[in-house]
Amino acid sequence: MFANRTVNILIPIISVLLGLLSGAVIMLVFGYNPLKGYAALWTGAFGDAYFLGETLRQVTPYILSGLAVAFALRTGLLNIGVEGQVFVGWVASVWVGVAFELPMIIHLPLAVLAAALAGAFWGFIPGILKAKLGVHEVIVTIMMNYIALYLSNEIVRNVITDGKDRTDSIAPTASLASEWLAGMTYFSRLHWGLLIALFMALVMWFLLNKTTQGFELRSVGFNQHASNYAGMSVSKNIVLAMVISGAFAGLAGAMEGLGTFGYMSVKSGFTNIGFDGIAVALLGANTALGVVLAAFLFGTLKIGALNMPTVAGVPTELVEIVIALIIIFVASSYMIRWIILRFKKEGK
Amino acid sequence: MEFIDILARIIPPAIFFASPLIFTALGGVFSERSGIINIGLEGLMVMGAFVGIVFNLTFHEVFGDATPWVSIFVAMVVSAIFALVHAVASITFRADQVVSGVAINFLALGVGLFLTKQWYDKGQTDMVDRPFYTIDIPVLNKIPILGDLFFSGWYLTSYLAIILAFAAWFIIYKTPFGLRLRSVGEHPMAADTNGINVYAMRYVAVMISGALGGLGGSVYALTIALNFSHATIVGQGFMSLAAVIFGKWHPLGALGAAIFFGLAQSLSIVGSSLPLLEDVPQIFLLIAPYVLTILALAGFIGRAEAPKSLGEAYVKGNR
Repeated sequence: MFANRTVNILIPIISVLLGLLSGAVIMLVFGYNPLKGYAALWTGAFGDAYFLGETLRQVTPYILSGLAVAFALRTGLLNIGVEGQVFVGWVASVWVGVAFELPMIIHLPLAVLAAALAGAFWGFIPGILKAKLGVHEVIVTIMMNYIALYLSNEIVRNVITDGKDRTDSIAPTASLASEWLAGMTYFSRLHWGLLIALFMALVMWFLLNKTTQGFELRSVGFNQHASNYAGMSVSKNIVLAMVISGAFAGLAGAMEGLGTFGYMSVKSGFTNIGFDGIAVALLGANTALGVVLAAFLFGTLKIGALNMPTVAGVPTELVEIVIALIIIFVASSYMIRWIILRFKKEGK
Repeated sequence: MEFIDILARIIPPAIFFASPLIFTALGGVFSERSGIINIGLEGLMVMGAFVGIVFNLTFHEVFGDATPWVSIFVAMVVSAIFALVHAVASITFRADQVVSGVAINFLALGVGLFLTKQWYDKGQTDMVDRPFYTIDIPVLNKIPILGDLFFSGWYLTSYLAIILAFAAWFIIYKTPFGLRLRSVGEHPMAADTNGINVYAMRYVAVMISGALGGLGGSVYALTIALNFSHATIVGQGFMSLAAVIFGKWHPLGALGAAIFFGLAQSLSIVGSSLPLLEDVPQIFLLIAPYVLTILALAGFIGRAEAPKSLGEAYVKGNR
């Protein structure tokens, strides 16, 4: 009645439902009407073309940061540094965007590529340190986040501009923004980046599941010693996984730099795109399709939540709690699995 | 400027920044020694900061001068209970410990900000009326040189942090409880065979880490931040985790690592007023702590051996 595969798909769905249910209970406890709250969330995310555009806009970087975390996790590496890789990608894309005057066909790909390379480089450092010296990747990526934050601010302030807190807007030839998309969605900030993000999900799926290299990466993730014994270079695969993961994260930065904002400003703290990517990857079970779906869910929740205070009086932070609970339920899949099996036995 | 003057300007702020990290890192040591990864330290600090601030704001008239002390105690208790979420998920439900730790981080921030909006109707709380103040230790601060460096301008909580680090070392290495704690993290099955309740030990360890994380968060809030918002705890928990690993899962190592981070942070702030460092662009001082940490890990301490069963759920009867 329940194949293992079905259970694997059921777990995230049940977790999301349990998460939303808990959110409703919290709203009830604090004297809000949960139906009204969730209705506000729904209209805030899909109510009209503008909200839909904004939701899809938010989904775009989430897909990429989710892919970044997921890709590294498949090789057994926890890349907490996605946040920093997003920053360097953002800065690199904007830098190329403002510094050159080129025809679009060269300029835009160049800016996107710069972001990917910057992110890849930021992933390479923890990768090589892990591979060659055995330094824990978690701690190095945490440190790299801060370095990225301060370095980006410095570059924005003193390299790209003359002591300003914001760069100029990028040249239109490097922009992902589209009048057509904006026009269709009542001038939301939806941009072509969504296509890049979806394409990258395809790339990740193909790379991991259809190529020898992908097999090696996954194999190292399952068991380093066995992979080594089978003749694979563990350290090469570790570096490669971090580089590709970083490139995905860098692209997420490009989505913000070339698409949503079109500039980079001095930041006092992290954007959370990278940290939210961890949640996206976890809910998406580290698969490409899962990440896209999870990014869609989280994008919807985040944008929809903005509508909740005005319409239903519910603080937007409720959504953060719901997201956290969803992750806990996914993580505790052992419990859900056990309950499902219980039902299965009784059903017989 | 004399050398001693320079030290006197660097050391007190270094300890000031380090204290919250010391508390939290000690919590991390307890949890990880029992075999439970605790990425949720950040969230535990957030919870501690939130509770510390709210309690301080609400009850400052009741407790008067004792308010900050009562606040950090309450924050400790609440965070210890909050850490149960991590314990239940990762020990009983065998959740991936990294995942449930990440969830703790999201949950703490979500709950903290939700309740802040709910109770104060805005994104951050007011400033507390009764934070901790620096003190000069009478008599001892008259000792030449040492008095200036170690006995004036410190917070009492900083002394507490350092004392706790030694206490933690004693508990982990010199008591039966500590032996059991370490054995559970190294080889849970062997520990179980010897009659140690693996689950109970791990629950206790995670709750201790919650208590110390809450202490760290509330001390940070009541000495440095003075209010609670989304920007109160931004990465200090992760820094503490780094201190745990940097310190090789040893309480005194974690203490040293946390002080090192504090020192680097203090340099980035007071550095511009010191000879030699005043001409260095601020960016280098800002990123110095993080670069130095990476270099230190890569060059000096090399491979750190984590507790053997770190990150593995213990399933009774599994081999």
